[in-house]
Amino acid sequence: MIEATELEKHYGDKRALGPVSFTISEGEAVGFLGLNGAGKTTALRVLACDLRPSAGSVRVGGIDAVESPHEVRRQVGFLPETPPLYLDMTVGDYLDFAGRLRGMTAGAVRDRLPEVLKATNLTEVKDDIVRQLSHGYRQRVGVAQAIVHRPKLLVLDEPTRGLDPVQIVEMRQMIRDLKKTHTILVSSHILPEISETCDRLLVIRDGAIVAAGTEAELSSGLLDARSVVLEVAPGAGGEEAVLACARAAAGVTRVDVASRAHGVLELNVDAALDARAELCRVLVGGGHGVLRLDRARHQLESIFLELVQGRTDSSKGAT
Amino acid sequence: MCATTIIFRRELAAYLRSPMGWVIAAITLLLDGVLFQAFALGAGKRLSAVALAEFFRYSTLPVAVAAIALSMRLVAEEREQGTMVLLNTSPVRDRDIVLGKFLAAFVFLTGVTLASVYMPLLIMVNGKISVGQVAVGYLGLALWGATMLAIGVFASSLTRHQLVAGIVAAAIAGCFVAFYFLSKVVDGPLKDVFASIDLYARHFPPFQQGVLHLAHVVYYLAVTYVFLLLAVKTMEAKRWQ
Repeated sequence: MIEATELEKHYGDKRALGPVSFTISEGEAVGFLGLNGAGKTTALRVLACDLRPSAGSVRVGGIDAVESPHEVRRQVGFLPETPPLYLDMTVGDYLDFAGRLRGMTAGAVRDRLPEVLKATNLTEVKDDIVRQLSHGYRQRVGVAQAIVHRPKLLVLDEPTRGLDPVQIVEMRQMIRDLKKTHTILVSSHILPEISETCDRLLVIRDGAIVAAGTEAELSSGLLDARSVVLEVAPGAGGEEAVLACARAAAGVTRVDVASRAHGVLELNVDAALDARAELCRVLVGGGHGVLRLDRARHQLESIFLELVQGRTDSSKGAT
Repeated sequence: MCATTIIFRRELAAYLRSPMGWVIAAITLLLDGVLFQAFALGAGKRLSAVALAEFFRYSTLPVAVAAIALSMRLVAEEREQGTMVLLNTSPVRDRDIVLGKFLAAFVFLTGVTLASVYMPLLIMVNGKISVGQVAVGYLGLALWGATMLAIGVFASSLTRHQLVAGIVAAAIAGCFVAFYFLSKVVDGPLKDVFASIDLYARHFPPFQQGVLHLAHVVYYLAVTYVFLLLAVKTMEAKRWQ
């Protein structure tokens, strides 16, 4: 659906994006993850044919965006950070205007409108003036204008920005529903927002894609195999015996008790190497029950910070 | 329906829906009426044709003010409110955008201008006027208004601030009117150049007298075209950077 090759965007001397290369298949939902100013919005605006790339090429549906921008625009629905709403129009009139701007006939818009209003839960406010709508509804109208002309590609720039928690959940659900019929690009600086709605993530930092993959793939790259979490049911000798066994395992440098509950010890173990097999062997050999053994899992936000701020060496250029 | 028509309808509806359109219309007609009473009718007796000519002459001021007030928002407001993105990411040419917006403002302005027709009718009550003079006078005002609107659209395409656009438009229009005074103080070929491109003194008086010269019609259409073209080129340059 999208093929970006060595794509770059400069504002004067300042490089805002690239060079980046990536491909997105039809029907995929891809999230652009990055901090403010990382280049997400620039990337999306280039893909939506709002900005001309300074170098490189981008093809949408096989059509070159620089050579035939209007053809690409017909295939793209774009929701910018601030929805482009005419506040003096009613929701219905606005969507009619947006559809016809994209080349739909009056009849086609009339037939399509109920579908769009239903998909975005706007049916009840169809005749309301946009100015009178809440922020959440305005955001939905923004999504509605982006899908009214049945685009193949839907580009949503921070669609949950400024929404309250309930509206965020509703917006996520709406995006999940739209995934069934569109290729979707979503940008955000909030990992859970993207990870819940997208199949794949592209992490942008300083205008470059520093990591790409599913949330699980990205997370696994950042998990520290040498830090282990254990749940142990102590055998003979109790807690002291468990700690002694764990400390005796080859490579183990530190053992802390994280919690004690209902006769189960939770241990955090640091090691100089992947000590999981050795830990399991010595603990079971010592007569203790190993209830759980896992690599230490970072919190999602920690992973996000490591990805977008480059706190780890595991971030790799990815296309 | 072409993009020009779609944009034209939206913009015209925006003028009719918003208080701004009606406020501009009301102020224009009020100013027109005051100028008519104070200067066109005057204190002493005068021929109806002279009073009518004076009415058209003084109407150029409210029409120019209204044209700039109506047009300064046309593009700048889209940028200011972020709605330009919708137009920019739609398969719509910049000339369609400019033309649609210009035509909407022109139709609204022409409607407001024609609403002053009761003033010539008042002259008719106590005198005799030629329908031709009224028609040609209003044609002149329409062309004058179109030119001012085109200048306003161009100024609006330069910036995202309506006020700045209004000031720039007024400055451009002021310069074009001032060419007349400049032509009075320079010699040689420049004198004729300045006199020819002056927006008012050479080209509008024939309309107010009821005399229709094709050259003056072409002049106003040409200036309108040039400024609309400049607006299109400015938008093209800004749109797909």
